[in-house]
Amino acid sequence: MPHLDIRNLSANYGRAPVLSGISLTVERGEVVSIVGPSGSGKSTLLRVLVGLTLPASGEVILDGDAVNYANKASLRQARDRMAIVFQQYNLFQNMDVLRNVTIAPVEIRRRPRSEVEATAVQILKRMGLGDKLKAYPDQLSGGQQQRVAIARALALKPEILLLDEVTSALDPELVNEVLDAIRALAAEGITLLIVSHEMNFVREVSSRMVFMDKGQVVEIGPPHDIIERPQTNRAREFFGKILRQRN
Amino acid sequence: MDRVIEQLPRFLSPLNLWFLAEAMGMTLALTFFGCGLGFLLAFIVVYMRLSPGWWGLPWRVLAILFVETFRRIPFLVITYLVLFFIAAFVKGASLVLVALTAISIYSTAYASEIIRGGFESVPRQQIEAATAMNFSRWQTLIKVIVPQSWPVILPPAVVFMVAFVKDTSLVSQIGVFELTFRGKELNNQGFSGLLVFGTVALLYFVMSYPLSRFGAWLEHRLAAPRHQKPERELR
Repeated sequence: MPHLDIRNLSANYGRAPVLSGISLTVERGEVVSIVGPSGSGKSTLLRVLVGLTLPASGEVILDGDAVNYANKASLRQARDRMAIVFQQYNLFQNMDVLRNVTIAPVEIRRRPRSEVEATAVQILKRMGLGDKLKAYPDQLSGGQQQRVAIARALALKPEILLLDEVTSALDPELVNEVLDAIRALAAEGITLLIVSHEMNFVREVSSRMVFMDKGQVVEIGPPHDIIERPQTNRAREFFGKILRQRN
Repeated sequence: MDRVIEQLPRFLSPLNLWFLAEAMGMTLALTFFGCGLGFLLAFIVVYMRLSPGWWGLPWRVLAILFVETFRRIPFLVITYLVLFFIAAFVKGASLVLVALTAISIYSTAYASEIIRGGFESVPRQQIEAATAMNFSRWQTLIKVIVPQSWPVILPPAVVFMVAFVKDTSLVSQIGVFELTFRGKELNNQGFSGLLVFGTVALLYFVMSYPLSRFGAWLEHRLAAPRHQKPERELR
């Protein structure tokens, strides 16, 4: 039984379809990357998984249990198991770093504060932010903020971590510090769903790559195969453009 | 003018001064308690107005109806409405209570728009981050939206209150013993209108000027970037 089973998932913004019949399975501990041109529905897919955008049809099944996005309890359970990190970090501007990381586990999930804080400090130190516990988001660089955002997601102890273009808003020199943090996570065996434009990075960390276009999954396979030998015209065109830019 | 100078010593008798001070106290109390209650209720009205989905529809309609209605009725008319509405059910209701109710209704309608504007200034992404971490609507409001929006809400709220110090004079029409009503009374006692209402005008200025300075100071202070404030202690 797959850890995460997405079946024929569709979603619309207004009348415009953004996801049309997405099917994808992810095993526990797997690192799956999702790539594709902008507007292909990659980010929407992650948003639908955590219920920020509601699906129009289809199923999301976590360890055999279908998530009912119209049902509060079911959605709550799904959100307890999946955490998302956004492109724009979305740290709470009114809270310092430590509170950003601890607020949900302590004040929403009612885990003991001392235990959560100890874990949070440990995670933040590992992210190289041990000296920033009392800093506010607007005092941090983008790279630091994004690492706090990842720490915040990890403090929730999610089974699946969703990363939505987490380096896209960063200055080039800050990208690596965030990628290093993700690399470490991948090595630890947490299930990762990564939407990213960093081709070299996802090729290195992910075991499977999903190529999406126009709200559909076009190709799935090992990153090397997808990038080097795309089977479809759409994928060939996309990777051709990207590789040309690199050279 | 001669009359003014001639009446001045008699006008400034301790009793009259006490009356005026008392009346100022009433004006300020009406403003603070009326607007204070108004802001509290406005908070609830905005919460109703932001309730999502089909279940929230009646709440939203109710909130919008309330705000749009009372923002379009002159304050004096609201006061009369409240007076006669209450009089229809309760004999000899306190006029201060009537005035307070009218002020609360009026300020609730206005404060709702101020508060809603403040809430809407918080980026949608902040709310999404909270939602994705299972914050309830109430938790998101209290822990994320309110702390981020009060710097936007407070300055116009103070401006509204300062303006309302003056608008309370309208409740003199139903006979509440506030500053303007006292002025009319003293005028009826035979004191020169110029003297009496000159004094009343000065007293309104004395009340509202410090308040508006306070508002300006507040705005300046709240606009300061966060890292210039003292850092909070680690809990």
